[in-house]
Amino acid sequence: MTGTLAIFRRELAAYFATPVAYVFIVGFLLLAGIFTFYVGGLLERGQADLRPFFQFHPWLYVVLMPAVAMRLWAEERRAGTIELLLTLPVDLSAVVLGKFLAAWAFTAVALALTAPVWLTVNVLGHPDNGVALAGYVGSLLMAGGYLAVCAALSALTRNQVVAFVLGVVVCLLLTVAGSPIVLDAVAGWAPRALIDAVAGFSVLTRFAAIMDGVIDLRDVVFFASLIALALFANALVVDLRKGVG
Amino acid sequence: MAMILIDSLVKRFGAFAAVDGISFAVERGTVLGFLGPNGAGKSTTMKMITGFLPPTAGRVRVCGHDVQAEPLAAKRRIGYLPEGAPTYPDMTPLAFLEFVARVRGLKGRAAIDRAVERTDLGAVLHQPIDTLSKGYRRRVGLAQAILHDPDVLILDEPTDGLDPNQKHEVRRLIRAMAADKAIILSTHILEEVEAVCTRALIIGRGKVLAEGVPDGLNWRFGDLEAPPGGLDALFRRVTLGEAA
Repeated sequence: MTGTLAIFRRELAAYFATPVAYVFIVGFLLLAGIFTFYVGGLLERGQADLRPFFQFHPWLYVVLMPAVAMRLWAEERRAGTIELLLTLPVDLSAVVLGKFLAAWAFTAVALALTAPVWLTVNVLGHPDNGVALAGYVGSLLMAGGYLAVCAALSALTRNQVVAFVLGVVVCLLLTVAGSPIVLDAVAGWAPRALIDAVAGFSVLTRFAAIMDGVIDLRDVVFFASLIALALFANALVVDLRKGVG
Repeated sequence: MAMILIDSLVKRFGAFAAVDGISFAVERGTVLGFLGPNGAGKSTTMKMITGFLPPTAGRVRVCGHDVQAEPLAAKRRIGYLPEGAPTYPDMTPLAFLEFVARVRGLKGRAAIDRAVERTDLGAVLHQPIDTLSKGYRRRVGLAQAILHDPDVLILDEPTDGLDPNQKHEVRRLIRAMAADKAIILSTHILEEVEAVCTRALIIGRGKVLAEGVPDGLNWRFGDLEAPPGGLDALFRRVTLGEAA
């Protein structure tokens, strides 16, 4: 536990040690704002809710979560610090968890800074704040799922750019798993059960339900399982590839 | 009791045996030098002792703890300077040492202060590591390795790339710590063996080719003997099979 906490603190500080954190946060807020007000038309549609804000989050995260997570392991491997880190008296699982939690906390900070959008809607009308809160919780859960997947991918390579591109591709597939883009590719040959399983991975479908204010236990379990599974894979990848330069 | 006990250690990468059946023991008070050409298996052996790489076969015991079976207990007793002294460039030496101290569960500033004093880092404690000279970066790596006053020190090329004064300083530090620790260091610099080591292994193609100890002013490797400054010729003879 002390190990996880120490790793968490170092990783979180590492985000803010360089301009990366500020560039990311400004970029996230700008993009979220543009999508919400121009593409989503929050002000024009005459409804006091945050749907125009939340509905673009899956797509924002497809690009932004790989950017947050790409450094986590690739940079350790490139700099050789992974050797230092993994010869300290701390379990690999504690390191994996500490890194992931730092990335997630950083994302939570960025997400919290979008609060003015919520306030705006409250000033202009009377939104259902329970639905808005559900949206925030769901968005954070979704971000955690993407981050865990991207952290595992980051452990595959010593090159942050490769980690980023891998992350974008896999997150995109996860996002659209329930749409024809992915389902058409498996529908021709796969048994029904497999098609349903693939469709079940669709982040978009699950997040749509949460945006309506319904936090279904199954969706929470889905994201929690996705995170757990990805972190397990993360530890496995680190362990198997640490000898590979 | 031997502080480091290595028994028929093997590491294969695919068909290539980087380490091919190495055995030796290191007692407290010993500074063991690893000599050998590049690719001889020195670093790979060190990575297995410190628990970074799992061996293909064989065993490593550190202070009685099997590194594979009880990795955390073993790692608590080891200080390790990996090759190239990797550190986090964005951090300051102080923040870096505080991080390592927290992971190791060391409370208070005493351990950090002592390591900083021994490695003479006081002047640069608050500068980002990537702005420091190579010598200082190496010392930050060393400070991290000795932070918890470990019984076992594994130093992979601790003086590589340092200027003669810095080399002298690092060797002085190693000698000062030698009495109550078991230390293994790898080096390409044969005079370093004469300067700090109390034993030496010449490693080549993953095997121990010769073991040497000082004998008066000379170094004796089996029936080969090297006068002061004569290790070069002996090293070539052992690793290449050349006549001295």
